[in-house]
Amino acid sequence: MSAIIEVKKVSKSFGGVKANTDISLTVQEGGITGLIGPNGSGKTTLFNSIVGYHPIDGGSIKFRGREISKMLVPEIARLGLLRTFQQTRIYAKMNCVENMLISLPHRKAGFFDMFRRHDTEEQERAEALLDFVGLYEKRYLRSGDLSFGQQKLLEFAMALMNEPDVLLLDEPTAGINPTLINGLIDRLKRANSDFGITLLVIEHNMRVIMNMADTVYCLAHGELLASGTPEEVQNDQDVIDAYLGAH
Amino acid sequence: MDQIIGNFQLLLDYPIVNLKIIIDGVMIGALFALAAYGLALVWGVMNVKNLAQGDFVIAGGYIAWWLAQHGVHPFIGVVAAFVVMWGIGWVAYKLVISRVIERDLFTSLLATFGLAIMMAQIMNLLFGSDTQSVQLDYATYHFADGLIDVPAAKLMGVIMAMSLAVGVIIFMKRSRMGQAIRATSQDRRAARVMGIDTERVYSFTFSLNSAICGAAGAIIVMAWVIQPFYGITYSVRAFVIVTAAGLGNLPGVIAAGFGIGALEQYGSHILGIGYQQAVAVLLLLLVLLVRLMQQRRQRQVLR
Amino acid sequence: MIIPKPVLYIGLLALTVAAPFLFPAYMTQLATLWLMIIVAMTWDMTGGQMGYNSLGNIFFYGTGMYVAAVITIGMVYDVREYTDAAGGGIFAFTEGQYFTGLVLGSIGAGLFCALCALAVGWLTFGLRGPYFAIGTLGVAIAAGELVSNWEWIGAGQGISMPNYPGEFDEFKLLIYFVFAGVGVLLFIFLNWLYTTRFRSAINAIRDDEDKAEAMGLRTLRYKLVSWSMAAFFVGVAGGVSAFQLIHFEPLETAYQTINLGIFMVVCVLLGGKGTLWGPIIGAVMFHVIKEVTWNYFLGWQWVALGAIIIVTVVYFQDGLLGWLRLKKPEWFGIRVTKKDEVVTGPAE
Repeated sequence: MSAIIEVKKVSKSFGGVKANTDISLTVQEGGITGLIGPNGSGKTTLFNSIVGYHPIDGGSIKFRGREISKMLVPEIARLGLLRTFQQTRIYAKMNCVENMLISLPHRKAGFFDMFRRHDTEEQERAEALLDFVGLYEKRYLRSGDLSFGQQKLLEFAMALMNEPDVLLLDEPTAGINPTLINGLIDRLKRANSDFGITLLVIEHNMRVIMNMADTVYCLAHGELLASGTPEEVQNDQDVIDAYLGAH
Repeated sequence: MDQIIGNFQLLLDYPIVNLKIIIDGVMIGALFALAAYGLALVWGVMNVKNLAQGDFVIAGGYIAWWLAQHGVHPFIGVVAAFVVMWGIGWVAYKLVISRVIERDLFTSLLATFGLAIMMAQIMNLLFGSDTQSVQLDYATYHFADGLIDVPAAKLMGVIMAMSLAVGVIIFMKRSRMGQAIRATSQDRRAARVMGIDTERVYSFTFSLNSAICGAAGAIIVMAWVIQPFYGITYSVRAFVIVTAAGLGNLPGVIAAGFGIGALEQYGSHILGIGYQQAVAVLLLLLVLLVRLMQQRRQRQVLR
Repeated sequence: MIIPKPVLYIGLLALTVAAPFLFPAYMTQLATLWLMIIVAMTWDMTGGQMGYNSLGNIFFYGTGMYVAAVITIGMVYDVREYTDAAGGGIFAFTEGQYFTGLVLGSIGAGLFCALCALAVGWLTFGLRGPYFAIGTLGVAIAAGELVSNWEWIGAGQGISMPNYPGEFDEFKLLIYFVFAGVGVLLFIFLNWLYTTRFRSAINAIRDDEDKAEAMGLRTLRYKLVSWSMAAFFVGVAGGVSAFQLIHFEPLETAYQTINLGIFMVVCVLLGGKGTLWGPIIGAVMFHVIKEVTWNYFLGWQWVALGAIIIVTVVYFQDGLLGWLRLKKPEWFGIRVTKKDEVVTGPAE
């Protein structure tokens, strides 16, 4: 295993509020890395810095050894570093299959691929992935009519369709029916093991992250509080204090 | 081309000409800033980008001009334009704007563009397409061997514009309605939950904007000229100023207004008077591009 | 629908060919109708399909006119001398020169406009929503103002095109068929384009551009290509218009921001945004309404036009096809599922 994302001493403040201070973390290729922390601890800010939504004040972010902290969102996405949104975003007016087909990886697309039609192989892959997340029966429904949880699954399937190297998931289980969470964890793990996608997951739900991740980083008040295996972090006194509010 | 270089040379040979251009620019710029402030108000409170802004200005000008033809003093014309345009703004709000507020932005843009076309054409039918102005027999002050001339009418206009601006600012700060407007512009849902009648705030804001524009137009007609189809240029100027200064930034709006006024005067001095409209629009493109580059540095886009 | 597609297309094509012979008195209006169809369909490529509402597509129309004029005149005479004489009549064109000018001028106009779209788009496509609309409007107004100060191409006086070497009726027929030909080509082109990945990509940009960017879509490339293809056809149409109008000037004819520039938007809104047929139907509706009612307004036409825009935007924004889609979704291939259908959750 080697480091695929290296975040070094990243700081970011909004006005006077320091959202991230000197945060360093590494994501190992092929693994599942978790990012936890109480509300307002700067998880999403760090996430947005990595995928290119705002500039950082200091530090460096490297993807496969390449500095990406000044690149734009679509450029980073085309390197194979993809994110899902906390508030799910799909193309609501299209049906599920169309949503999938438009998510084909664009980094390989040449200029004249713009004017190509989708072939049967792509169609089949789209349907197979929809089957994988359990939306096969609904594949021709307008995606805007799906429930929030189903839209979340669709967004996940779209991300898989894009064949990323790393997938950054922003609270994948938020807003999902608790009975479906186990199924989702299972699918995330299979995406990691079967498709070989490295995962970086922001999660509130401790049970989920302890179940999945092999490395966990915990943020609080914009600073890195603890890191290590799930067990280590779970038993860290600072982390317990941060979560119980005794800080 | 030679002429342009010649004009440019003139600026270097006679530095005093620069002062004249800047004074002229700042005086008209004060009125641009007034219209821009109204636009920023409407834009901030109800997120409507009003392309009919300039036509409200011109309409106010025609009201004062028409009254002056009937022997009413132009100063009273300013007040009359304020009142009448308040009413016209209210009607426009009820008929058109209130129905597009919650829709996407292009809808309001296009609806106000339709309104702009309609108003310009009505004024064309009522008043004809000639340029008009009200002649005031006030003195013109000369400075620097007559190179700089400042008509008292223009000075008076700037003072009136300033007092109107100050009045509006005090109103926004002190009055109950002003507070409600500022609250709505920050978060319309929260304002509604807190019991503010946002519908009333909207119609008030739009009427106020229209009245401010009307008064600005009535001042313009005293010292400058108006014409039915000049409206779009005033709209463009208001957009330039708001885009450059940002919403809710009054000192910025005033500074940008002066700046745009001065730059336009420079443009038409150097390139020739025929380019005056073109300069106003090119400034819009320039400001948009500068803002775009700023945003890009923030890894953002202008939306 | 009930009529099979080939029958419908052949019927419409036959009507297109027969129209000028059936209604010879309306030949000019029919040619203008085709112009409206062309500009409406091209506006929809960005406005309807991609969500980028340009108010400045008229820029390509005006530029197309001037480019066609400069090419046609420049091939035979010195443009400066020609415009100085303001169409004084000493400049004769042979039949061959005229037709070479028509063909090369129009195509050259299209290509030039496509390049302009790439340049302008590269600068303005970072602008979203209303800023894009205002920015493109600014480009169109600025171009009109600059051209009306440019002596080389006649400044505010405008420019006169060579006269058609033949009968006037023949000329009208020729212009009609050139417009119709460009329109049919555009239709065939879009009919094909909208079956490719291109359409789903520009639809994705319209529905959620941030998501499209986050998925790595090359949004700028799609936007530029889409706009420059639209600009090509508008430029060609502008070039043909230059020949049709014989004399034109910058502000009222070429860069006519508040006439054709806004008509095209209204046509698309009337017919239905983001559909293949919407702009066509809308253009026909708008043109018929305009031609039939125009004379009854007695000088108040332009006021009525403003009112039409407002009413369309406020009350009828989804257009005819949008309204039909709501009433008869099955005609548009939208599958409607019943509410009590079994909901299958994700498998454990």
